[in-house]
Amino acid sequence: MKFGIVTFPASNCDYDAYHAVVDALGEEAVYLWHKDHDLRGSDVIILPGGFSYGDYLRVGAIARFSPIMREVVAHAERGAPVMGFCNGFQIMCEAGLLPGALLRNASLRFVCEPVRLRVENADTPFTNRYARGQLITIPIAHGDGRYTADAETLARIEGEGRVVFRYVGGPGDADEWWSPNGSMNAIAGIVSAAGNVLGMMPHPERAVDDLLGSSDGIGVFESILSRVAA
Amino acid sequence: MSRFRVAVHIVPRRGLLDPQGKAVTDALRTLGFAAVRDVHVGRHVIVEMDAADSTAAERSTRDMCQKLLANPVIEDFEIASVSTL
Repeated sequence: MKFGIVTFPASNCDYDAYHAVVDALGEEAVYLWHKDHDLRGSDVIILPGGFSYGDYLRVGAIARFSPIMREVVAHAERGAPVMGFCNGFQIMCEAGLLPGALLRNASLRFVCEPVRLRVENADTPFTNRYARGQLITIPIAHGDGRYTADAETLARIEGEGRVVFRYVGGPGDADEWWSPNGSMNAIAGIVSAAGNVLGMMPHPERAVDDLLGSSDGIGVFESILSRVAA
Repeated sequence: MSRFRVAVHIVPRRGLLDPQGKAVTDALRTLGFAAVRDVHVGRHVIVEMDAADSTAAERSTRDMCQKLLANPVIEDFEIASVSTL
């Protein structure tokens, strides 16, 4: 399977995503330049983390106008898989691929640390290798990760099971919702209504080697592999 | 066609948690401005453009706000002024 990894100006997790796909998963990956108009036959698109366009105006606001994004949106509209991590998630929200927006962390601090997530829905193309309720550890590294949506949207995505990852692990109870950034309902990752678009603030591509602290993130890649291969 | 300068205020939507505004509120109180109740920090955008008249300039800027300058999910905007250049 071929993964296309988009490089925007100031993307900085594109290589991490490449490493996850090629070295950890053993699949093929190509970098897609933001000015390209061609996904080069990619089956799965990854919008990586970083600070595209210097976070000018709002995080992700300018990247959505990159030429490649027209092809990415078309890919998503065809029902093909697209995943965005961190800045990629922010871009997806700005591009209208996912509802809501990511705001400045409630603490006003950049947070860079491993966090515990609970898999809330294991019946998606991105989470089928996990079990519902499974706790996994994946790092976050962001200053603007506070998931925000209006009450109606929030109720809809919760009701439709579209919240796939939630931050847990508060000081008292390990299973309790606990948001390191002030996200509504401690939301860490969501999928689109059709289920083929995933956006999440944590970095699964940085959690694919036990040597580096956690390999819990590889499940996201293995899930999509088993889904597309099936 | 005339040239206009349109100024836009973009602020966090009322009711949403605004940690930046709260931090500035706390800082002002620390400085002794005890009367301060609330602060919201937003963006001020100035657009210089050609338009038939000021109404058209304002209408066009409003459209820009809805499509790019502001994010309607999290921000409110208002046209602060329209002036001739």
